[in-house]
Amino acid sequence: MNAQNKQRLVVIGNGMAGMRAVEEILERGGAEQFQITVFGDEPYGNYNRILLSNVLNGSQDASDIFLNPLPWYARNNITLYAGVRAARINRNEKQITGSDGTTVYYDKLLIATGSSPFVPPIKNLYEEEKRLRHGVYVFRTLDDCTHIAGYAVKCKRAVVIGGGLLGLEAARGLLNYGAHVTVVHNMPYLMNAQLDAQGAAILQNTLERMGIAFRLNANTSKVLGEDAVTGLEFDDGTQLSSEMIVISAGIRPNTSLAAECGLTVERGIVADDTMRSVDDPNIYVVGECAQHRGKVYGLVAPLWEQAQTLADHITGRNLFAVYAGSRIATKLKVMGVELASMGCTEASDSQDEVVVYSEPKRGIYKKLIVRSNQLAGAILLGDSGKAAHLMQIFDRQSELPEDRTQLLFDIGPAASAPPLLEMPDETQICNCSGVSKGTLRKCALSGIRTVKGVMEATRAGMGCGSCRPLVKEIVEWACEGRLEEDPSVHYYVPGVPLAKPELVEAVLAQKLKSVSAVFNALADGKEDPGSKPGLASLLKTIWAGEYEDERDARFINDRVHANIQNDGTFSVVPRIYGGVTSPAQLRRIAEVAEKYEVPMVKITGGQRIDLLGIKKEDLPRVWKDLGMPSGHAYAKSFRTCKTCVGTEFCRYGLGDSTALGIQIEKRFQGLESPAKLKLATAGCPRNCSEAMVKDVGAVAVEGGKWEIYVGGAAGAHVRKGDLLCTADSHEQVLQMMGRFMQYYRENAKYLERTYGFLERVGIEKVRAVVVEDREGIAKRLDEAMQAGIDAYRDPWQEAHQTHTPHQFAEMITAEGTI
Amino acid sequence: MITKDTRMVRIAALQSIPAGEGRVFLVEGVPVAIFHARSGKVYASQPDCPHRGGPLADGLTGGDTLVCPLHGWKFNLETGKGQNCSIQTYHVETDSSGYILMKWPQITGG
Repeated sequence: MNAQNKQRLVVIGNGMAGMRAVEEILERGGAEQFQITVFGDEPYGNYNRILLSNVLNGSQDASDIFLNPLPWYARNNITLYAGVRAARINRNEKQITGSDGTTVYYDKLLIATGSSPFVPPIKNLYEEEKRLRHGVYVFRTLDDCTHIAGYAVKCKRAVVIGGGLLGLEAARGLLNYGAHVTVVHNMPYLMNAQLDAQGAAILQNTLERMGIAFRLNANTSKVLGEDAVTGLEFDDGTQLSSEMIVISAGIRPNTSLAAECGLTVERGIVADDTMRSVDDPNIYVVGECAQHRGKVYGLVAPLWEQAQTLADHITGRNLFAVYAGSRIATKLKVMGVELASMGCTEASDSQDEVVVYSEPKRGIYKKLIVRSNQLAGAILLGDSGKAAHLMQIFDRQSELPEDRTQLLFDIGPAASAPPLLEMPDETQICNCSGVSKGTLRKCALSGIRTVKGVMEATRAGMGCGSCRPLVKEIVEWACEGRLEEDPSVHYYVPGVPLAKPELVEAVLAQKLKSVSAVFNALADGKEDPGSKPGLASLLKTIWAGEYEDERDARFINDRVHANIQNDGTFSVVPRIYGGVTSPAQLRRIAEVAEKYEVPMVKITGGQRIDLLGIKKEDLPRVWKDLGMPSGHAYAKSFRTCKTCVGTEFCRYGLGDSTALGIQIEKRFQGLESPAKLKLATAGCPRNCSEAMVKDVGAVAVEGGKWEIYVGGAAGAHVRKGDLLCTADSHEQVLQMMGRFMQYYRENAKYLERTYGFLERVGIEKVRAVVVEDREGIAKRLDEAMQAGIDAYRDPWQEAHQTHTPHQFAEMITAEGTI
Repeated sequence: MITKDTRMVRIAALQSIPAGEGRVFLVEGVPVAIFHARSGKVYASQPDCPHRGGPLADGLTGGDTLVCPLHGWKFNLETGKGQNCSIQTYHVETDSSGYILMKWPQITGG
């Protein structure tokens, strides 16, 4: 499309909302459709207004806060009139006139005029022609910042009118110039939009200790001083001396341009759900000047959402895009004090449940308002560690846990992690791949806006996976609400677009018994290598003996029944049931180790003997010489059952944990599952075999009973298992464990360990199905488990007959030149 | 010296590599990983992953994508391109009797 055929898009306003909308439009191929012109009041590119307070307090340089510097406009073929205010909109001619006489025609117009500081009616405020007196400033633009800073150095005393967020930030900035600062607020307490009286009192106390004075419930009536400002007078007649006044008493949307051309203006310019003016289909409105469903937003997150909808609509990318309004949640810093606030700050009636934690001495205050078991509002002051979590709960209107303390405090080691904003860029987030916070942030800012995309590009979270929640948080934070969800996070495997229940249904309905059959039937024949092992595991669980095994769908470990090591050799762990061995077995293992010159022989954490550094081609001979079954120390399957001595020799033993452990291991050995299963039995609650932190564990208690724990972990993640039930006999232990494992096999996502599964599904639900049989599926689960057990073959039998050509070959000699 | 001339080297029957898997072959003294995709196509590449030397022939394949078994690095078997670095790939094909042939540089004396 050439320039003549392009539509002319004119944007009035070069602020954060207008330019974010332009970025979103460009991202949707808008450069092909539109010739873009921007009018900006200020003679600069586009900067991050939120960071102005940092410029004022000196922690950031003005040049650091630019979002789009001037060359960005040229690069994107955008004509920018910097420093030219749009003076008039002529809707009949579709023409904009600039303050310097420039005229520009538009096909589509975007109004993003933002807002202006509200200046309350105070006597003696102006010099002439509405110009503020020397010594009186508003705090809104980069230029305001420069003027305030220039004047503050000459002042001993300064007053800020307005005790909202911006006013307090301005006060902090002034403090850095050595002035005595007083904040004057016309309400009974500070930050009344985000705090309640009790929280505000704690904040005020913290700020007073930093050296700021306050005057609440005070209405300024007059500025004192003839030539220079000397102070203020309040409506009660009292006075306060000061050489400087900064007004930060809120903002008012800039709507006069819109009102003058006949658009409907109430508190803001009224827009519909596509962010289009209700009066003119060619005019869109975005940002602080827009009124949507009766609300005008002054925070940044809603602007992002508005910009996305508008861009979808104006480019025709998605004509059905709808902006449904935003739920306001903010996390900010007030003079270095952390604060998160969302929803309402007070209970609306006696039905609301209010949870409060207050620790004034440390400046900490936390409050939750719960309505119908959902979060209606929250304040976190002085410690916003749980803010990201609460904001998510608030945004999604999730059901709350019964124990409300979980919402207010991090219980466990996570509490020591510093909040994201404070974390330096160099902090290593992924300890497996060595990826820093800065790398993640830059990757997200480069345009990769899905958590999975960032993980793949940086390799963060691709190791043990324990950092994934933190990676997700950082990416979300870096995208500032522009996070895109990768739909594949809901799929069982990324290469087949179905969640697990739908996938299982399709597999059963279409009788898909091999991995290639699944790709052909459900993924347009497109094979995804990363999805193969997950599908293989699921199909084996569903079809047991009927599963059509395709070896290429297996990870190398499962093709050669050993665990690949960093040098391409393998480790061999023979099955030693319950960790109970014999001199003959040990002798055989020792002989094999010598014969094959095994570089390392090691006792594993699961009480087994590991022969490390075995060549692939030696594997079959090693197994034959050992004459023992595979210990499955390489598979996503039942691994081992660790035991303690129990009643056999231990003087404290209450139950025969070795006999039970051996029974468990003989029954479930090699059973495929979504992730590995580590089990243990303990002969008494001293828990020497660590059964309480295993995927499934049994602990003997007095009276011949066994407590069964599920979902424990002591690896990358540490979690004590949940008590599933108490069993009366070994048989019952085997039945309950089997039924739980089958339920897990059928319902967990691929690679989801039992601890993740338990936290996702909840022990109550698991207990209801497995123990109480509330869904009436216990019998079917037991039968399916039995079928899985019956399908077991010792894979090391392939030592006698290989399954595929050159299965264990290291290198094959090519036949030669033709 | 190496000239632009090439010749074909016969590797092995296609069935000697299971569908979807790879094997390492010693071709004129040089180890080469050769893959038999489920589509029937064959691919060849250097045998070790440039990241940490993982055995690429032991990786998972799907379409023309290869995943190293050690740390999951992905490569395109046709072009050798990966997310962070590339691998050397070679031209291989199958003849009418089902044999894998590999194009090999002609090295002449001198």
